[in-house]
Amino acid sequence: MALHVGDKVVFKIFRYDPEKDKAPYYKDYEVEIRREGMMVLTGLNQIKWEQDPSLTYRRSCREGVCGSDGMNINGVNTVSCMSHIEDYNSNVLVIKPLPGFPIIKDLVCDFEDFFNKYYVVKPYLIEKNPPPGRERLQSIEDRERLNGLYECILCGCCSSSCPSYWADPDYLGPSAMINAARFVFDTRDEGSDERLDAVNNIHGVWRCHTILNCISACPKELNPTKAIGMLQKEILKRTY
Amino acid sequence: MADISVRIEEFDVVIVGAGGAGMAAAVQTGMAGLKTAVISEVYPTRSHTVSAQGGINAALANMDEDYWIWHMYDTVKGGDYIGDQDAMEFFTKNAPKTIIELEHWGMPFSRTEKGTAYQRAFGGQTRNFGESIAHRATAVADRSGHAIVHTLFERTLRPDIVQYVSYYSEYYALKLLRNEEGTVMGVVAWDMVNGGVHIFFAYATILASGGNTRNFRTNTNAHVNTGIGWKLCAQAGIPIKDPEFVQFHPTGIYGVGNLITEGVRGEGGYLLNAQGERFMKKYAPHVLDLASRDVVSRGMATEIREGRGVGPKKDHVLLKLDHLGKDFIMDKLPGIWELAYKFVGVDCTKDPIPVQPTAHYHMGGIPTNIHGQVVDWDKDNKEVPIPGLYAAGEVGCGSLHGANRLGCNSLLDLVITGKEAGRHAARWILDEHPTFPNPPEEFVADKYAKDVMDKLNELFDGPEGTVKMDEIWEDLQDTMQADMSVFRIEEGLTRQLARLDEYFEKFKKVGLSDKSKVFNTELCEYFDLENMLYVSKIETVAAYNRKESRGAHYRDDYPERDDANWMLHTAAYWKEDGSVVTEYKPVRQKPLTAPTFQPKKRVY
Ligand SMILES: Cc1cc2nc3c(=O)[nH]c(=O)nc-3n(C[C@H](O)[C@H](O)[C@H](O)COP(=O)(O)OP(=O)(O)OC[C@H]3O[C@@H](n4cnc5c(N)ncnc54)[C@H](O)[C@@H]3O)c2cc1C
Ligand code: SF4
Ligand code: SF4
Ligand code: FES
Repeated sequence: MALHVGDKVVFKIFRYDPEKDKAPYYKDYEVEIRREGMMVLTGLNQIKWEQDPSLTYRRSCREGVCGSDGMNINGVNTVSCMSHIEDYNSNVLVIKPLPGFPIIKDLVCDFEDFFNKYYVVKPYLIEKNPPPGRERLQSIEDRERLNGLYECILCGCCSSSCPSYWADPDYLGPSAMINAARFVFDTRDEGSDERLDAVNNIHGVWRCHTILNCISACPKELNPTKAIGMLQKEILKRTY
Repeated sequence: MADISVRIEEFDVVIVGAGGAGMAAAVQTGMAGLKTAVISEVYPTRSHTVSAQGGINAALANMDEDYWIWHMYDTVKGGDYIGDQDAMEFFTKNAPKTIIELEHWGMPFSRTEKGTAYQRAFGGQTRNFGESIAHRATAVADRSGHAIVHTLFERTLRPDIVQYVSYYSEYYALKLLRNEEGTVMGVVAWDMVNGGVHIFFAYATILASGGNTRNFRTNTNAHVNTGIGWKLCAQAGIPIKDPEFVQFHPTGIYGVGNLITEGVRGEGGYLLNAQGERFMKKYAPHVLDLASRDVVSRGMATEIREGRGVGPKKDHVLLKLDHLGKDFIMDKLPGIWELAYKFVGVDCTKDPIPVQPTAHYHMGGIPTNIHGQVVDWDKDNKEVPIPGLYAAGEVGCGSLHGANRLGCNSLLDLVITGKEAGRHAARWILDEHPTFPNPPEEFVADKYAKDVMDKLNELFDGPEGTVKMDEIWEDLQDTMQADMSVFRIEEGLTRQLARLDEYFEKFKKVGLSDKSKVFNTELCEYFDLENMLYVSKIETVAAYNRKESRGAHYRDDYPERDDANWMLHTAAYWKEDGSVVTEYKPVRQKPLTAPTFQPKKRVY
């Protein structure tokens, strides 16, 4: 559906202020298309700045690299700043906070549990031997193995889309796992054993049922399922 | 009265900002075993350093012969000779070591055939004092900033450091605390999630709150880059150094401002006007599109001014890179492919990207010496450190960038100034045992945060206001863009100063419609707008007063650099009546060991 400058679209937005609302509700706002290819975030800003300053959401970089504005738009998780309104092919956009995350206010949810799970995988380079005087060498091919892993922006879109994540509160989730893989497959890292131990359990790599939701949710087009598969293989290779 | 809770905590060090600079400092204070609080408006990995694309400079010589002194020369020249050469030497000399350290900490640099870190060409970077183009920008594809932020954050998560470093994410800084003697005691912040005032007392406070160009219509900055650091200092009587030098990056995406890295030109892309002419050959015959940013932006603006701009409004130019080939673009510049495609629907492997000069960076900031200590000047114009206060990263001014920063020198600035501020603060605390600045009174909020509490009460209890913030904000951006950008002239600046007074008046009539204390982003935007008004006023007064053209500050009515009268730093003081007074301070022209680079005419 092509949208043109001047067209109107309805944003049906999940609202909840714990200080005054007993229960969440949806409120409709009319958003005017003001340039071709307008993003959902621009629409949210239009509402906040011109119609209802109490509308609450996170945003920062407005270009898909900071991971602030993960949310659920017409049933799909993504970051609003990189989502064209017209790509939803609809006059109505239903906008909700990330499913499965505790809600703080409106579209803002609590990331504490999400980050705690990220910390579990020891997301930092572990060195056992002192590094050389210069940079460590790494071949172009070895460095390429990190592509598709290191670009994660910790937006939570994948974990929040994962049925296993909803079902098992202790499941580390695809985001933590792709970040584990980012180090396990880095030839410079010497902590893979500890890291694999942290994910080698029923709340780790073995919880994933390859439902693949996480892949379509990732705004950076990363593939957490594949990363989880790589970790599973690596665990099996090392154990047997 | 709105029921506002107050919490008080004591730390050794409090850092405001969790971008590259703040976290580089936290690594040091954490390693020193000092109890550190890092407060940030956003979660650390959401800080705007993530947006940096091109790379980070160091004379590693991975691609061709290179020395720090060449890097230093380029930095001095790029800054149009007004930078402090002691800081520039410290900075360029320490660069290689710093990059290697980042690599050791896990930074996933792109690699060369030999397995060393990949380096690309960037504007203003040359070999042998201007002879040929250097490859000095050490890159992680075009995601260098993301990689730096994540690497530094990861470093602070290591068990040996994490036990000392506490992140206070989603805290909004509101006030810098100083006692009667001028010693800095910490900061007052607003807890965004729970609502409430949080006072952090500390021996040392490190300001690392980043850049602030959101007061321009088209800018490359994040929504959170609104200049709290400048306002906190202005209100605490601390001057802002060289605020008039605002960098306009040549290649912001037309209409939206998102940045297309200079790395595109470093890899062989170039600019075209409406006639398909590679116009930079007129303005920089030797290095063309790789001249320093002020030169390229002025070249573009001149083309547009003279009617050779592209599009129905003839108000932008084109950046061509399809000749680099799809494979190369997807390997080395995947992020910019995505930005151009998403924001203007251009597939840059086939078509050129529409670009325009875009507000990007402040060379000026809170004045520091080479250790990151914030300084003021005494009666004899000697720099005197303010006890307990440090600044690092874009908010500070060393001055490493003079009147114009070279691409990829900022990421280096963050890591070096952040590290040095953290290291110096730690050494000062551990070696000199200063007395803790916590006041003896049993209850301190009344004394030290009364103004903050009053303001918050007024906002939460008061009326909605008769002026919408949006109104002021929109006008501010348009008028700053019109009269404070690449070309400036006295009548425009006079006009803008009058408008700014109006905006301040209007701002008094702004209130909150959201009275909730939980995650009140309207409240944050209220302070954001106030920050932007402060920043705009400070930079416009300084631009009005500097009657010469130098680096990024170009005056149509004073088109030449005037070393005889203006080889001086601006120190802009905010006065209680809301006026800004500028004083002029000596440039530290003597490097630490190298000979001084004397001012010469800048030719690229
Ligand atoms: C799009 C883009 C591309 C760039 N590319 C390059 C490049 O390739 N190479 C290069 O060298 N430089 C580049 N730069 C410049 C460089 O990235 C920035 O100057 C630098 O990242 C600033 O880092 P910082 O740590 O000072 O601030 P930031 O990373 O912006 O961090 C600021 C911190 O302060 C916090 N903060 C802000 N306000 C408040 C408040 N009120 N209360 C509490 N906390 C607050 C924020 O939450 C954040 O944590 C680029 C800049 C941009 C915008
Ligand atoms: S593939 Fe695995 S991680 Fe992804 S959504 Fe499915 S269960 Fe979750
Ligand atoms: S893997 Fe993708 S969706 Fe998941 S947190 Fe990272 S960037 Fe977001
Ligand atoms: S605002 Fe940063 S990812 Fe959307």
